[in-house]
Amino acid sequence: MDFILNFWVELGNWVAGLMAGWGMPPWAVNLVADIVGVVILLLVGIAGVLIFTPMERKVIARMQDRPGPNRVWPYGLLIALADAIKMLTKEDIVPTNSDRRLHMLAPLIVAAPALLVFAVLPWGPGLIGQNLNVGILFIVAIGTIHVLAIIIAGWGANNKFSLISTYRVVNQLLAYEIPMVLCILAVVLFAKTMSTQGIVVAQTIPYFIVMPVAALIFLICAMAEANRSPVDLLEADSELVAGYMVEYSGMKFAMFFIAEYVSLFATAVLVATLFLGGWKFFGLEKVAPVLAPAIVFGKAVFVVFCMLWFRATFPRLRFDHLMSFSWKFLVPLSMVNLLVAALVLKLTANVWGQGALMLLGNIILVAATILIFKRTVPKLDEAPALKRIVAVEPVPEVPPRNAAGLVEGR
Amino acid sequence: MTVSHVVFIILSAVTLIGALGVVLGRNLFRAALFLILSFVGIAGFYILLEAEFLAMVQLLVYVGAIAILIIFAIMLSRRLMSPEYNARNEQWLIALASAAALCVLLVFILLQVNWPTELSVVPPNTIEQLGIALVSPDQFVLVFEVSSVLLLVALVGAVIIARER
Repeated sequence: MDFILNFWVELGNWVAGLMAGWGMPPWAVNLVADIVGVVILLLVGIAGVLIFTPMERKVIARMQDRPGPNRVWPYGLLIALADAIKMLTKEDIVPTNSDRRLHMLAPLIVAAPALLVFAVLPWGPGLIGQNLNVGILFIVAIGTIHVLAIIIAGWGANNKFSLISTYRVVNQLLAYEIPMVLCILAVVLFAKTMSTQGIVVAQTIPYFIVMPVAALIFLICAMAEANRSPVDLLEADSELVAGYMVEYSGMKFAMFFIAEYVSLFATAVLVATLFLGGWKFFGLEKVAPVLAPAIVFGKAVFVVFCMLWFRATFPRLRFDHLMSFSWKFLVPLSMVNLLVAALVLKLTANVWGQGALMLLGNIILVAATILIFKRTVPKLDEAPALKRIVAVEPVPEVPPRNAAGLVEGR
Repeated sequence: MTVSHVVFIILSAVTLIGALGVVLGRNLFRAALFLILSFVGIAGFYILLEAEFLAMVQLLVYVGAIAILIIFAIMLSRRLMSPEYNARNEQWLIALASAAALCVLLVFILLQVNWPTELSVVPPNTIEQLGIALVSPDQFVLVFEVSSVLLLVALVGAVIIARER
């Protein structure tokens, strides 16, 4: 019974014992176990592409009242495989005037950071690639490589659309990284650890209840970092064709595609880990640890669904609006949130008291934000500039014309 | 020759190749990319020394912020795919002299220090100790606060320069 309930850890121990029984030295057993772990984690990341591509297309289609992909059996769910086969058969094009080496380099490194994040994401008690004590910092630091890959792609193509996209990459990803890190910092202050596993263990109450403001800011910033619509200004099809990916085709484009969905999956698991309690679900993880990965995956699917919901609801932001939203709204708000978190932690040492005080602080924060907005943001009927845009101008009366089409009296 | 020797040699090679690429390259954008390679090599050294916090901060600050800002400056100031520039200009003699002077100084200091040859044990919880050291009055709290004020001044200065008048 214990073997079934604690299946994953017991399975690992059993295989390790089996290998030791064959007369393998301990270092070889560890090496084989590590390699198997790495392969499994990589496959989990890639499986995210096969799961979330059909999910995105189906969910968006349902929200837009159309069937979506429904030709590839069953129910259109194998569309990702069909797409992959199509990608493989496409011609590999390299623009004549591009920087050829950089053009080749970008697809090679773009998927790596998203897959590396899986090394520190916890899937259950004792189920983690590497329980780094700087896990969260590792995730943030490795994300910069992704920015770098996009910059190389945009520059190497020698295309003005991809260059505009590269400018946007630098601006958008740096702007949204700051509030994101400030929100992570509030979580780290509460959990008193930077290890992802430690944060899950420390969450007696899920942090999205304790600090909803931080959770929401983090979700928005994570969407901007993962380049999701409506904040996908990097590839905004209607303005930049496909941004930094314009000149890529076939398998090289597929690498960007894979990177996008792997980082979507990683982001969703990260949100689940930081704010939704990771592998904890009303004590279920203590009864049956075998279900822990399923709990994490379920929460990740929920987060992805929320992102798709965002996408289907809001139109794409204008770039300057996106920038000022981050710098003038999200950054100050997350800074105040961090200050409140530090203050609350000094006021009481009780976990439940801290949670309650932090929630109260967040409610006051939201109320204060709304009050400030009511004071400063002009209402529609008070703002002449807005009125000019929104109000329907009275149509000037057209003078009557005679049969020849000439105005009377001329 | 242990594993850490091999890793050290590989990391040194990566760092030095990156640094040479910065100096000898003729394309500014590629030079910036080589600079990033060099930074990543140095982050590897920190990991080898079991200072994982410093390694991550090295990646985050140098690769994530400084190198990307350098690239941004290059993109704004040069024509796209600009013709390649000569690595040497008329100031190469002065640069050589100052670099040589710095090199002599560094070698002099390196020879002066009495390097420990015993392996020292890395204490557990280095992050906690680092955090306590930064705020305890008998260690680095003054440096920490002064650099915070410096950053704040830089922040305010940037806002004032960028403000529309």
